[in-house]
Amino acid sequence: MSSAVASPLDKAVGFYQAPIGKKAVMAVTGVILFGYVVAHLLGNLQIYSADRQQINQYAAFLHDPSHAGFLWGARTFLLAAVLLHMVAATQLWIQNRSARPVRYVKKDDVPTAYAARTMIWSGPIIAAFVVFHVLHLTAGTVLPLQELGPNRPDVRANVIAGFQHPAVAGFYVLAMLLLCLHLYHGVWSMFQSVGVSHPRYTIWLKRFAALSALLIALGNISIPVAVLAGLLTN
Amino acid sequence: MRLILHIWRQRNAAETGRMVRYEAPDVNPDMSFLEMLDVLNEGLIAKGEDPVAFDHDCREGICGMCGFMINGVAHGPLRGATICQLHMRHFRDGQELYLEPWRARAFPVIRDLVVNRSAFDRLIAAGGFISVSTGSAPDGNAILVPKESADRAMDAAACIGCGACVAMCPNASASLFLGAKIAHLGLLPQGQPERAGRVQKMVRQSLQERFGSCTNIGECEAVCPKEIKLEVIARMHRDFLKAAWSGHSAD
Ligand code: HEM
Ligand code: FES
Repeated sequence: MSSAVASPLDKAVGFYQAPIGKKAVMAVTGVILFGYVVAHLLGNLQIYSADRQQINQYAAFLHDPSHAGFLWGARTFLLAAVLLHMVAATQLWIQNRSARPVRYVKKDDVPTAYAARTMIWSGPIIAAFVVFHVLHLTAGTVLPLQELGPNRPDVRANVIAGFQHPAVAGFYVLAMLLLCLHLYHGVWSMFQSVGVSHPRYTIWLKRFAALSALLIALGNISIPVAVLAGLLTN
Repeated sequence: MRLILHIWRQRNAAETGRMVRYEAPDVNPDMSFLEMLDVLNEGLIAKGEDPVAFDHDCREGICGMCGFMINGVAHGPLRGATICQLHMRHFRDGQELYLEPWRARAFPVIRDLVVNRSAFDRLIAAGGFISVSTGSAPDGNAILVPKESADRAMDAAACIGCGACVAMCPNASASLFLGAKIAHLGLLPQGQPERAGRVQKMVRQSLQERFGSCTNIGECEAVCPKEIKLEVIARMHRDFLKAAWSGHSAD
């Protein structure tokens, strides 16, 4: 026992130094991102509403200048979560690679762990997609955006116009398949990372992870597919 | 049966090794894998060559000394068994087998298929123990242990420290080993006083030994000869987070 009292900062640094501390940070930021993805999907699905203005009204509500503080707060919070998640993932990846300097001549893998072993690839591709997505539908750098008025984007028209380009639609579909893979492992993994596991309910945590990953991907993929199939039109 | 073996040969820790091809012309299917290597070695010695070095002791699956990779799988294709308990009938006539030592920065190769696993001893020395007074044996049943805890502690205590989990893990993490020791002691009343410090010290030591960390892949669980479950790793995470939350520090 040392008599020196560790300051809260020392403790936080010590906590983060341990891989389990980094994994806890990844789990907490992972939950935040998971929650965001679910909320975003619910927003997107409004495009199927019989009321064609439904999704535009939702967008106008989010962009309402009286909520600007809230919107920017949420954006900053999510950006911070993504950055922490990526920094911890990268640090662990570097550490883990250096733990086996000499590779095996022959190495077999447990087949079901494919999603787990590719987290470090699915993650950054999803991040690149998020940048493209913001440039496409928020900033209007990829294609010109329509507006119904100031702070009132015509989301419905912009989404449909974008997905009429097969390359754009294809990239969205690919990114969502990778998100499905990432969450299939990640959502279960975050429970394991914070120590939630028991012979009786671990199987349900895995089922929940698989089901939510699948529903999120299918829900989002349905939109470009519906546009290309001519089911969603202006 | 006839086998083609590609075996990692390395004279010492300093030398860089290489794979060497051998033929085992008449292998009896009832031999264990290690007996097959014994026969191969007799042939090498008769020819005046160096025999293949590999670790072994009990040859009955309980000591944890044996172990290497067969075609990229720790302890070979039979689940829930060490290499000394693997018999040649699990292979096909004419099959090609690649034998390699455990690979991890923390487990340097000593010779051929033998690695130095002292890092595991240092993990145990860091916290894998309980402190009790020596002297006369305590009365039996003086400390009551619920049946379920005793069973689960016993399952975790089945770990023989062979190192297959580290060898198989894509991150060369010792988490299954650490988790097994921490669960084994933490499930019993005798393990409680040192519980918070134990996890912190063992995790810190594991970092110093340059083991990797867990990304919940599960290859360790798949090859563990004692079938230790990933749950022990979640338990270690829980103990670690609890200790940190309550402001406990490793020293
Ligand atoms: C931006 C680049 C990203 C990278 C480099 C990345 C990488 C990773 C890695 C390596 C893991 C660890 C898996 C493991 O150890 O088992 C992980 C976990 C996770 N990721 Fe990502 N990811 C990224 C983006 C995202 C995004 C956008 C989301 C949400 C939509 C997300 C959700 C999750 C969740 C929920 C986990 C589980 C956390 C845990 O293991 O405790 N990630 N990520
Ligand atoms: S030699 Fe003892 S476990 Fe294999």
